[in-house]
Amino acid sequence: MSSASTGTGNSSRSSDSTGIGDSPDRVDGVPKVTGAALYVDDLPAPDAWHGATLRSEIPHGRFVALERDPDFDWSDVVVVTASDIGGRNTVALLIEDQPALVPVGGTIMHREEALALVAAPTRARARAALKALRVTTEALPAVTTLDAAFAADVKLHGSDNVLKQLEIHRDDADIEAVLAGCAHVIDSTYETGAQEQMYIEPQGVLAEWRGDTCRVVGSLQCPYYVHKALVILLGLPEDQVVVTQAVTGGGFGGKEEYPSMIAGHAALLAKAAKRPVKLIYDRAEDIAATTKRHPSRVRHRLGLDTNGQLVAADIDVALDGGAYVTLSPVVLSRAILHASGPYRIPHVRIVGRAMATNTPPHGAFRGFGAPQTTFAYERQMQKAARLLGVDAFALRRQNMLRVGDSTATGQVLSESVGSQEVLDRLEDALAQAAPPVPARLGSLRSPVRRGRGLAFYFHGSGFTGSGEERLAGRVSVACLASGDFEVRSSSTDIGQGMLTIFTQIAAQALDVPASRIKLSEPSTERVPDSGPTVASRTCMIVGKLVERACTALAQRLRDFATESSLDASDLSVLAAQHVAQRGELSETCEHESPPGVQWSDETYTGAAYPVFGWAACLVDVAVDEDTHEVTVERCLHAVDVGRAIHRRIVEGQIEGGTLQALGWALLESVPYEDGRVLNPSMTDCIIPTSADAPDMETLLVEVPYAHGPHGAKGVGEIPMDGPAAAVAGALEDALGIAADELPLLPEVLEHLLADAPLDEAPA
Amino acid sequence: MKLRFQLNGAPTEVDVDPMRRSLDVLREDLTLTGSKEGCGEGECGACTVLIDGAPVNSCLVPVAQLGGHDVQTIEGLAQLGPDGEQLLDDVQRALVTHGGTQCGICTPGIALCASAALKREPAADRGRLRELLAGNLCRCTGYQLIIDALVTAAAERGRAAHEPSAPGGGADGSSAHDSTVRDPNAPPSGDRA
Repeated sequence: MSSASTGTGNSSRSSDSTGIGDSPDRVDGVPKVTGAALYVDDLPAPDAWHGATLRSEIPHGRFVALERDPDFDWSDVVVVTASDIGGRNTVALLIEDQPALVPVGGTIMHREEALALVAAPTRARARAALKALRVTTEALPAVTTLDAAFAADVKLHGSDNVLKQLEIHRDDADIEAVLAGCAHVIDSTYETGAQEQMYIEPQGVLAEWRGDTCRVVGSLQCPYYVHKALVILLGLPEDQVVVTQAVTGGGFGGKEEYPSMIAGHAALLAKAAKRPVKLIYDRAEDIAATTKRHPSRVRHRLGLDTNGQLVAADIDVALDGGAYVTLSPVVLSRAILHASGPYRIPHVRIVGRAMATNTPPHGAFRGFGAPQTTFAYERQMQKAARLLGVDAFALRRQNMLRVGDSTATGQVLSESVGSQEVLDRLEDALAQAAPPVPARLGSLRSPVRRGRGLAFYFHGSGFTGSGEERLAGRVSVACLASGDFEVRSSSTDIGQGMLTIFTQIAAQALDVPASRIKLSEPSTERVPDSGPTVASRTCMIVGKLVERACTALAQRLRDFATESSLDASDLSVLAAQHVAQRGELSETCEHESPPGVQWSDETYTGAAYPVFGWAACLVDVAVDEDTHEVTVERCLHAVDVGRAIHRRIVEGQIEGGTLQALGWALLESVPYEDGRVLNPSMTDCIIPTSADAPDMETLLVEVPYAHGPHGAKGVGEIPMDGPAAAVAGALEDALGIAADELPLLPEVLEHLLADAPLDEAPA
Repeated sequence: MKLRFQLNGAPTEVDVDPMRRSLDVLREDLTLTGSKEGCGEGECGACTVLIDGAPVNSCLVPVAQLGGHDVQTIEGLAQLGPDGEQLLDDVQRALVTHGGTQCGICTPGIALCASAALKREPAADRGRLRELLAGNLCRCTGYQLIIDALVTAAAERGRAAHEPSAPGGGADGSSAHDSTVRDPNAPPSGDRA
């Protein structure tokens, strides 16, 4: 792997002892490789009972009755229904439309709705008890496709099934008239399927009550989201709910919202059972019931002049939101805010709708709406380059956003625009790279066709619009008697390396060895609300708060040294002295948006994001002509991350995100029938193995962002956005097919080739 | 049913239902929670343990089949030094150094599988390592830094010793799990067919 970086001058290249930009060992590395790290199901809880969930099994209908089998021994089983809920029966998120448990008499909106909960001393007893519950339902006609949702013959939400509609109008021009005047208009519709996060650790929580206080430990990304939901569900004051993150085996967005559901269920069961309850999903339940990436349909009309200049884009985005609102409005927002791409286009109209269907709600997954619209606009750019017969890189360079340009919402890009740098870096690497070793394909050594695809894209770091101001995330740093410093933040390490980079940032700001930095357990009783661990914001937004809090604390320690005539050369020594003489000293910082960052939710104009990351990905594929098996022979990915705090962690983020994108493009399929997932197992719902994964070449580009820690921007999501379009473009190049849907399974290629036989395809 | 086997080098006896999954007995009765359940059907490899040195998915092996065999879990991979300090296996060390662990839930299985694979095929190259690890899913890393780590560990083993490689294996597309030598006296691997 190559990992040379392209600095652009004002990135400081410090070689300090805390190693900003180096790759020290992860602070959680040894416990993870020795098996000592305790995930939620590993936590000792000898007297805990095991919970299980009774689900509806019809996509739409009425919950008529629930009865217990009188022949079953219920003596060591508790059963919880909606009537046991002490607060409001909702999983509180944006709005309160999703119940934690459907009440008898209530409406069932999807097949995996929770109707009742059981807990028993063993998992086997809990499963047996589930089977001894008799459910009576009345089915109603169901909406299980986007087409049916738009038809609105069955109304699930309002009069039109639109969960949320958002629009961007760059100008007042009549877009139809502008398109009619364009030399070329490319009009295509793109469809993408659901994608399962497939974290290797299924969802789970452990709940217990101590007196009147409910304590929950779980596999989760956002302790304060769960806290808010439990306060409302249980009807408790905030200080009687404590939520703590256990070591978490992957999230990717899948543990952003759903843990609020499981935590609520476990808390209700623990109260009824009067003992701790573990509620751990098995893989089948996790795949069937929890959130996935929104299926999408995007119609994109792109107008160009004869010179290849982009003139207009008219984009219609539809997402399948599933049965409840959940996070769909925010996913839709990010989808449309990225829909016109990193390009200068004078006339833009974007209309987005998230639609209600009787499927389990779709939700957060790395990229959060942007991968769907990125697939559409980069396929359009690939088609434009082919249509005009121009070089793929040249067409991007001609139209890309640069410093001083403005996006479709009128956001003027004032700094840290790595558009040219990522394209330069990718082209340089391509020129220097040796041709890839041809992949061995299939056992029959069939004839092979090869193709190349390029994608170029951007991704907003941090919350959308005024989200960061509303969140007002906080971080505290405290001196300990030992001379160590404790960083208190609700950011969670879900594998992305937050523990390590916060340690680096704090050690650098305090000028102490990394061993002096302790990260507080992310528990709502110990840490302030730093905002959720989502939206590529942890390093850039919360990491900056860590840096500011440490810098402020360092200053107070130096002031203390001056007042007390102490040696200020070692802040660790000073910290211990301060605690001994004057008690604990801590600093708390709250997020402040940089000046000039303004956004209007009413007009959907202004600064949609604090800053953008930029990326370009090039993929070479080989396709077996007989089996249509696709092998990615080369994958180059240049990503502008502002500044890599920890080089190897950043590379790992990019490579992991890239493979999830390649999987989404080529083999990850979640088919539904009547609102039910048809392949709820790892055997059938496949993700890439090490043998499927190509050797990736990751090119770090660093165009620093003045308001991020050491110039850093977000990196978590951007690698997910573009590679799928690169793959589809490569398949179009190889086979001459319009690869406008995902995933591009061999059977899909077979179908597409039936319309465009190989004989007519370019070699 | 009473069962005796070697567990991480020590004689162990359990009195359990012989049809319980080895994974559950290890985790619940023996509190060895380093073996993880990711799927319960032998796909993900998070529950990998070594039986007589061969990686198997412990979620598919009834505990009765451990009787008389040598079982190694992740808790037994690192050794204790003379002063009680933890000495990581070279594969574990390489995974830490190269960033080959992110969320870490797959890491115990990967470390065990890779350690066994390198014993068996010390000369495995990048492509072969990808095949050998194909029974252990990782969702975080894209496998790149894991493979980087194993290439380094393999090279260091190659430098450290010139042991003759074990027979069997080879570039036949089989994973380390699949390539268990089918000794009739050995326990079923509990692996995918």
